[in-house]
Amino acid sequence: MATTADQFQAHDDAHGHDHHDHDHKPGFFARWFMSTNHKDIGTLYLIFAVFAGVVGGAISGLMRLELAHPGIQYLGKIATFFGAVNPTFDQTLHTWNALISAHGLIMVFFMVMPAMIGGFGNWFVPLMIGAPDMAFPRMNNISFWLTFAGFCSLMTSAFLPGGTGIGAGTGWTVYAPLSTSGSPGPAVDFAIFALHLAGAGSIMGAINFITTIFNLRAPGMTLHKMPLFVWSELVTAFLLLLALPVLAAAITMLITDRNFGTTFFDQAGGGDPVLYQHLFWFFGHPEVYIMILPGFGMVSQIVSTFSKKPVFGYLGMAYAMVAIGVVGFVVWAHHMYTTGLSVNTKMYFTAATMVIAVPTGIKIFSWIATMWGGSLEFKSPLVWAMGMIFLFTVGGVTGVVLSNGGVDDVLHDTYYVVAHFHYVLSMGAVFSIFAGFYYWFPKMSGRMHSEFLAHVHFWLTFVGVNVIFFPQHFLGLQGMPRRIPDYALAYEKWNTLSSEVGYTTVGVGVIVFFLNIGWSLIAGKKAEGNYWGPHATTLEWTLSSPPPFHQYETLPVIDDKGHH
Amino acid sequence: MRLGEFARSAGRTAKAPATTLALLVSPQIAWAQAAATSAADRLAVAPGGYVPMKPTTGIGMPVPGGIGLQTQFSPLGHYARWLHDGPLMWLSVIISALVLGLLLLVVIRYNSRANPVASKTSHNTLIEIIWTLVPVLILVGVAVPSIDLLAKQFKSPPAKTLTIKATGNQWFWTYSYPDNGGFEVVSNMLPDAEAVKRGEPGQLAADFRMVVPVGEPIRMQITGSDVIHSFAVPSLWFKLDGVPGRINEKVMFVEKPGVYYGQCSELCGARHGYMPIAVEALPRPQYNAWVLTQSGGKIDGAPEPAPAATSVAAPAAATPAAAASAVPAATPAASATPAPKA
Repeated sequence: MATTADQFQAHDDAHGHDHHDHDHKPGFFARWFMSTNHKDIGTLYLIFAVFAGVVGGAISGLMRLELAHPGIQYLGKIATFFGAVNPTFDQTLHTWNALISAHGLIMVFFMVMPAMIGGFGNWFVPLMIGAPDMAFPRMNNISFWLTFAGFCSLMTSAFLPGGTGIGAGTGWTVYAPLSTSGSPGPAVDFAIFALHLAGAGSIMGAINFITTIFNLRAPGMTLHKMPLFVWSELVTAFLLLLALPVLAAAITMLITDRNFGTTFFDQAGGGDPVLYQHLFWFFGHPEVYIMILPGFGMVSQIVSTFSKKPVFGYLGMAYAMVAIGVVGFVVWAHHMYTTGLSVNTKMYFTAATMVIAVPTGIKIFSWIATMWGGSLEFKSPLVWAMGMIFLFTVGGVTGVVLSNGGVDDVLHDTYYVVAHFHYVLSMGAVFSIFAGFYYWFPKMSGRMHSEFLAHVHFWLTFVGVNVIFFPQHFLGLQGMPRRIPDYALAYEKWNTLSSEVGYTTVGVGVIVFFLNIGWSLIAGKKAEGNYWGPHATTLEWTLSSPPPFHQYETLPVIDDKGHH
Repeated sequence: MRLGEFARSAGRTAKAPATTLALLVSPQIAWAQAAATSAADRLAVAPGGYVPMKPTTGIGMPVPGGIGLQTQFSPLGHYARWLHDGPLMWLSVIISALVLGLLLLVVIRYNSRANPVASKTSHNTLIEIIWTLVPVLILVGVAVPSIDLLAKQFKSPPAKTLTIKATGNQWFWTYSYPDNGGFEVVSNMLPDAEAVKRGEPGQLAADFRMVVPVGEPIRMQITGSDVIHSFAVPSLWFKLDGVPGRINEKVMFVEKPGVYYGQCSELCGARHGYMPIAVEALPRPQYNAWVLTQSGGKIDGAPEPAPAATSVAAPAAATPAAAASAVPAATPAASATPAPKA
């Protein structure tokens, strides 16, 4: 790899001159709809992720509203909104399944992934490795628009018949045979096609990141000098590249089972419904690391910057992520403990799953060690990152509980699982997204946000998510199944608290977030190049805020003493 | 589990090693006793037929505002609950508290006012080895009871074990009793109003329950007729998917007579939340009496009812034994396990 940068430089000398139009930007349509600029595409991804996040968050609002008290209160009205005429009781209940499915699919494929990989990855991987752009700028563009098309397909499915009622009511996991013989009507086809489109976009994105990171690093930027955020995106890209084709195969078989008479997952024709689950979770488990690894990377950068110290145990941190990625591929069946696995299979997956706690622990402890002895500035990115470290730990330890195949017999598919994965994702991933957002928003927009509002946003969210999700551990331990719109009276107390106090608090936090963005774009102070001060040492801080339309026309050179 | 009880269960872990030992042997004890008593009791029939049992509030169902696992009524349920409430819960609490404590310490000691000049430390091989190896050792420690629990959960029941087959359908359960004449019970959710009238919890009560004998292993076979369902009873530590085209098998063991509620636990379409599971566990004689109320129901192991006289005599002959054995049949299993918290 040492010669790569030199090769790039030679290439640049030979062909690079036609790009020397400095900061000339194309017209509006060409710039935003035909973009080949990694920063513009990153911005598109971020705006898209915020939009999808609002849609997915609004859906969770409808869910919490319905769950606030026992009985069915609002689902009928919601069903009518999506086009049902005088819905029957079953059609009303189907709407619930459509809501939970849409919430999961939107948050996973159209909020977290676009924000972490398409958004921050696109923006900062080239900047941090000293590259002028991504390796395949046009493919970068099609990646985004495929993701967007996938979202449109999913939104369309919400208004189409999906079997019992309107919309795809299969859950985000789309298990056969509920998703095949169990759900006639085009809604599920459109939802599956949404995954095809978003998946194809992500695979292309992964190819782009791997190529960029391997080939476009600036002179002297060896792999072991790469910022940890770039490491995290590299590992994520490999996970995407290896996992998504398996999902694509699985859901293509769903499509043919649904429409063309095949029986891959139909026992009547020699197929097996459980095979679908194996294929789905072979993708699905790496997917959860895809959603959190870039967050790990961002938290590492942020903790180091605001501690005024280099990252503690850099190599351990980088290879812990590699280890998480590798082990993440061999633990999938812990999502299937109750499907009738054999005893040896359950024992293996129990042990293998526990192993993941070790590299994860290395990361948690290394972040704390980075702060240890530091001189901490509690700017908003650090506060969000510290929130992430704690809440991700809580989600991690409940993961160790769930890894026990024998204990999972009572917790599987209960609210305990819902609490667990919201702690690691809706707090682990989302807190790191906000940490990264406040860290880089002035870099991307050229305007400083309000630190005060960012802190208010943090505290409202921190308190709110804990009030929403911590009591859900109790509900799960008490046996409340997930994915039900109504529940026994005994579960009312924690559901009411979760809905009325928790969700409302987070909702106010989201309003503060948008006020902050709006205020800073209109009246925010202009941001310096390195507004966090000299301890932000990665290459993006050597550029202006926002960076020039094309950066690094002269490649930066990383000297031997340069620190990550 | 309420807060006070959580504190008590916390205290219980102090004597963890002893408890483990007791738990490691208890399932075998329970099954052995079941086998010993069954020869006498299997044919007994309680007089008076069958009247659906009233559930006990808080037993076999969630508790309002409850924060912990439901009280368990099976030997493996006690073991698994000990594993959760003991080692796993404490590990979770200690690690979370450790991380939170370190973060707070960092905030206090290493903020820019308290510590204006940051150190330059970026490596310490020893501490990195420690925080890699210590978690490995802890996890190995957790894996021992965890793997042991799995091994016990998969232990085959004795050959002559009652088999009950539960089939998930959209959206109700059917229970068939191949060893009792092959009759089938169709179980639908009771409307909330009707459930309350009968003194049962809404959303959890069923019109016809799955009746099982208490104090003996039951071979549960679970399948699905249309999509995947999941047969789950939290207070019996039981959850197994009903997959179309497959029969999944798992041993259920109920220590005490009672009604134990559960719900379908795999998304199965519109009324997924409306197909509860109600298990009523009865001593053998009462169970046998229930079996005889079912059309086509006959008692497992009873002589074939070919001659008309014996078919009447068999239950009659067994009746005297029933009253005496009804209570003891349940108690040995319960006492073999470390005092369940009621």
